[in-house]
Amino acid sequence: MQIVVCIKQVLDPEMPYSAFKVDPDGKRAIPPQGTPPVISPYDENALEAALRVKDAHGAKVIALSLGSRLAPSVLKKPLAAGVDELVLIEDPATGDLDSFASASILAAAIRKIGGADVVFTGRQAADWDAGIAGCAIAEELKMPCITVARKVSVQNGMARVERLLSDGFEVVEAPLPCVITVDSDLGELRQVTMQGLISAKKKPVNAWRLSDLKLESPPPPRCELLELYIPKRKRVCQIISGENAEDTAVKLANRLFEESMS
Amino acid sequence: MSENIKVLILGELVKGSLSTNTREMLGRGQELAEDVNGRLALLILGDKLELVAEEAIAYGADDVYLAENPLLKTYQADTYLQIIERAVKDMEPEILLMGQTSIGRDLAPRLAFRLRTGLCMDCVQLDIEPVSGLVRMTRPVYGCKALAAMICKTKPQMATIRPGTMKPAELDKSRKGHVHALATDIDMSQIRVKVTAKLEEQTDSVSLEDAKVIVCGGRGMGSSDSFSILEELAQLLGGTVGASRPPCDAGWIPSTRQIGLTGKIVSPNLYIAVAVSGSSQHMAGCAESHTIVAINKDPEANIFAVAHCGIVGDYREILPPFIRRTREILEGKGGSRCC
Repeated sequence: MQIVVCIKQVLDPEMPYSAFKVDPDGKRAIPPQGTPPVISPYDENALEAALRVKDAHGAKVIALSLGSRLAPSVLKKPLAAGVDELVLIEDPATGDLDSFASASILAAAIRKIGGADVVFTGRQAADWDAGIAGCAIAEELKMPCITVARKVSVQNGMARVERLLSDGFEVVEAPLPCVITVDSDLGELRQVTMQGLISAKKKPVNAWRLSDLKLESPPPPRCELLELYIPKRKRVCQIISGENAEDTAVKLANRLFEESMS
Repeated sequence: MSENIKVLILGELVKGSLSTNTREMLGRGQELAEDVNGRLALLILGDKLELVAEEAIAYGADDVYLAENPLLKTYQADTYLQIIERAVKDMEPEILLMGQTSIGRDLAPRLAFRLRTGLCMDCVQLDIEPVSGLVRMTRPVYGCKALAAMICKTKPQMATIRPGTMKPAELDKSRKGHVHALATDIDMSQIRVKVTAKLEEQTDSVSLEDAKVIVCGGRGMGSSDSFSILEELAQLLGGTVGASRPPCDAGWIPSTRQIGLTGKIVSPNLYIAVAVSGSSQHMAGCAESHTIVAINKDPEANIFAVAHCGIVGDYREILPPFIRRTREILEGKGGSRCC
């Protein structure tokens, strides 16, 4: 079995509000000083989903990433966690991609890799939060797609997935090959061990350009970004304090339930 | 088919009636259709939809397209896509809207792919650009730290709409409109994904979206057991308990209680955030609450940048006297609930 996990490098979404800046002319977020990029958190959940299938049945797991200014030090983490191979696609022509263009490039890379029985992605990336690429990869490869998985098992040529709904979950089955997008409910990526770090050094890392995928130029974006800006906040929080915890708590209750609200 | 359909909305049902999100899209859709001099249509898939059509017209649709087939009673991407793709290609609307819901998230990307058009997910605002006449779609990005305004350069201009961000039209039962039945032939060979079971959360508490009071626990709660004090407070206030993502990921509380960008989006009268750091991801789900109260040990926590009032302190010390005093006040008012 061959599994491909698509992972995206993003600015650390846990950075404080104050560190987040945009360049309004370039319509881009500015990478903060001293905070390295990370693998988009849902993509880490997708890696964990793949490694659990590998644990259960044995599989070759390939992590695939497309982007610019990729930081191999960040993207090698999956190798240490148990992924077998890393493929990085970086090309000057990929500066301005929308989700559909990214999906077409990732699909071309999956074909070049030799296809996949299962393709995993995160449910959405932590930068643009669109949640389009997974479904679009499935459409490109003409595979069925199951979104927002919280549990995945693969058996007898079928994927069985618990798919999160707003008020519970449903159990969904699809024949392989298929695409599965993964939610944080599935669980965090396992800890990297010392042994994992050592073995990661021997694992292959392939760097490709669009020409390696027989693509001249990526498809043009279907949407145009007009403006990227940080909304103004004007709220001032009134901090309630008292002589001790009890006094403070009583003041808060008085304020909320005696005066303003009725 | 009716002529001149400019705005098409994909409707969703909750217990046999239009969902709130659908009514909100109809409200905004009506104004957009007026701006572009066209008609507003609603497309609904399901079984036995006659009453829904009347409701849709009363809430602003000029045309209602019904795809009725027992196979369409519950959502399934492979069946729904066939029907919707055909209907959109026939109608050729300028603008196509659906909800940012379980269905919209699953369906919109594939539909946009098949229609070869652009798509903006999770929009909170739609405006017509005066010069181009295209829709300016505004959506939060970077976990809601920033807003992006985009236009879609292909037709139909597609967007999913975040629940609670647009105003529904007033119900007007005297409105007139046309109801059309759509062919619902389904190519069974296209159906690859099968739903084999559905497990809905069984709960006695109020749903998060409907609650007037929400008590929300964050990472700082520390354990599953600690949520019982939040339950006690929620019950006292006639509300319900929610959580930010870390407690859900840790399994302290079911993920159906998660509030945030990828969970529920709520706007209660009173939102009490306990040991919640206030990540932008979480605030995306509750920032529209009428009053936000924060209790957190860390004075630097982001929650204090968005809360209306708060206490810097340990919830273990604050909540017991807070609950005691709140009970006294409410009992003094004859046990009436606060809001």
